[in-house]
Amino acid sequence: MEYEIVIGMEIHVELQTKSKIFCSCPTEFGQDENTHVCPICLGMPGVLPVLNEKVVEYATMAGLALNCEIAHFSKMDRKNYFYPDLPKAYQTSQFDLPICTGGLVEIEVDGVKKDIGITRIHIEEDAGKLLHESADGSLVDVNRCGVPLIEIVTEPDMRSAEEARVFAEKVRNILEYTGVSDCKMQEGSMRFDVNLSIMEKGAKEYGTRTEMKNLNSFRSLVRAVAYESKRQIIELKKGHRIIQETRKWDDTKGVSSSLRSKEEAHDYRYFPEPDLVPIVLDEAYIEAMKKALPELPEAKKTRYIEEYQLPEYDAGVLTASGVTARFFEETVALYNEPKQISNWLMVEVPPLLKELELSMEEIPLKPTQLAELLELVKDGTISGSIGKKVLSDVFKTGQNPKVIVEKEGLAQMSDTGELEGIIEEIVKNQPKSIEDIKAGNEKAYGFLTGQVMKATKGQANPQVANEIIRKVVAKYL
Amino acid sequence: MSLTREDVSYVADLARLEFSDAEVLSLAEDLGAVLDYAETLNKLDTSAVKPTEHVLPVQNVFREDEIKPGLSNEEALSNAPDSEAGCFKVPPVLE
Repeated sequence: MEYEIVIGMEIHVELQTKSKIFCSCPTEFGQDENTHVCPICLGMPGVLPVLNEKVVEYATMAGLALNCEIAHFSKMDRKNYFYPDLPKAYQTSQFDLPICTGGLVEIEVDGVKKDIGITRIHIEEDAGKLLHESADGSLVDVNRCGVPLIEIVTEPDMRSAEEARVFAEKVRNILEYTGVSDCKMQEGSMRFDVNLSIMEKGAKEYGTRTEMKNLNSFRSLVRAVAYESKRQIIELKKGHRIIQETRKWDDTKGVSSSLRSKEEAHDYRYFPEPDLVPIVLDEAYIEAMKKALPELPEAKKTRYIEEYQLPEYDAGVLTASGVTARFFEETVALYNEPKQISNWLMVEVPPLLKELELSMEEIPLKPTQLAELLELVKDGTISGSIGKKVLSDVFKTGQNPKVIVEKEGLAQMSDTGELEGIIEEIVKNQPKSIEDIKAGNEKAYGFLTGQVMKATKGQANPQVANEIIRKVVAKYL
Repeated sequence: MSLTREDVSYVADLARLEFSDAEVLSLAEDLGAVLDYAETLNKLDTSAVKPTEHVLPVQNVFREDEIKPGLSNEEALSNAPDSEAGCFKVPPVLE
């Protein structure tokens, strides 16, 4: 029997506001425990939350960027459950009237395009953190409590780990562009829950699904989907039924294990939050948010192809992250050779980042430096291969290309007198090459050029060297 | 409509409340009577009434996204029954 994997996703994204969703505490990550707290986010009795207007703006922008309908009327609700990371014993969220509904994201896997439906996006608050560092108890840090989140819920439209990964990356890319979140997965700014079930290929009804929570990298997302789909298929082949449950993904061991079954689990008893009033957004507001949206990846890609005459592949790679696109555009503004810049950014930069274990966000190279370097290559001061060496030095020292070229004496040797001396010497010592050339083997010229480059440590201007080689060789013919 | 003992036990469990059998029985009666009384509303024809989404006739109350000082760690923990390493301490929670 052939099986089909059915995947839906819930994505939690922390919004990049300065203050929390219902109080004025900072949202900053990585501070000392319980130092960004106040009576509101600590859940003290009698306090009144007030919604941060930026949260509404960002949620609206995220919804528009993911092609959602923005609700003219939405409201906050209480989701009740007991867990020590939630001091109020309820999470303020949205239940039946979320701020965004019905979006879609187009993905492309193996050349096939496909729409992934977005069911809804709602606003909610993050919970605190539970630390298990004490010998006889658990420790609670409330700093993260009340950090604003949006939760993006998709339709069960994905059919493979690859589709799930591409979708997740695309959502991250789009949100990073909009600036509503820093999307830093290692800091938990973006977390994925995966709902997965298996059905017979072509079946109409989905199988029983399990949910895996808090996958915080694309890699663990792919591995978790691969593991869980295989596990379910094996269970089904044995004739077992799948239990609807929440499973925990252990990234170190590479396995998922049962966390709690849905049956015994949650009845959240949602009800409208009486302390917060409805959010009413008119067309003018939604239009204003649409205008405030920056150019999104798809539009940028199209523009790169048209405006810069870049191949579709280049345009895709450069716009796949907002940081790369910004770097590219800033460099083009200084040095108008889009294809050259694209080549260097796609081919030369990634290995250097990898070597230094840096992300594109942390690139030590500045657009001004790349532009300066490409100018040096273009005007013949240095060759392309020396250019690569200079680039690597800029990465490691932060110095400007011109300074490095001068300090290291890397400028090409175009001084014909000096070059002539070196070439005379080489040709004299390569009688075999002269014989070859006499016999009509033009390749021997290439060999001699190679020798010259070697002798000059790549600093000879190849064109100038070639001319001189032909002049010198002619004397022997 | 009356409330069963199972209904009472279920709701009590969600609320982390513990009752004796006798209490469950009496609560089922009391709560059942309350709910039966509320049932009276269902006699009204509400087909032409818009659903109430929220009880307050107010909308769009927002605050600006600005940071204001909150509590110090000491203040935050001052009423905690137990604390350790700057954190609230609770009975062990196993995932």
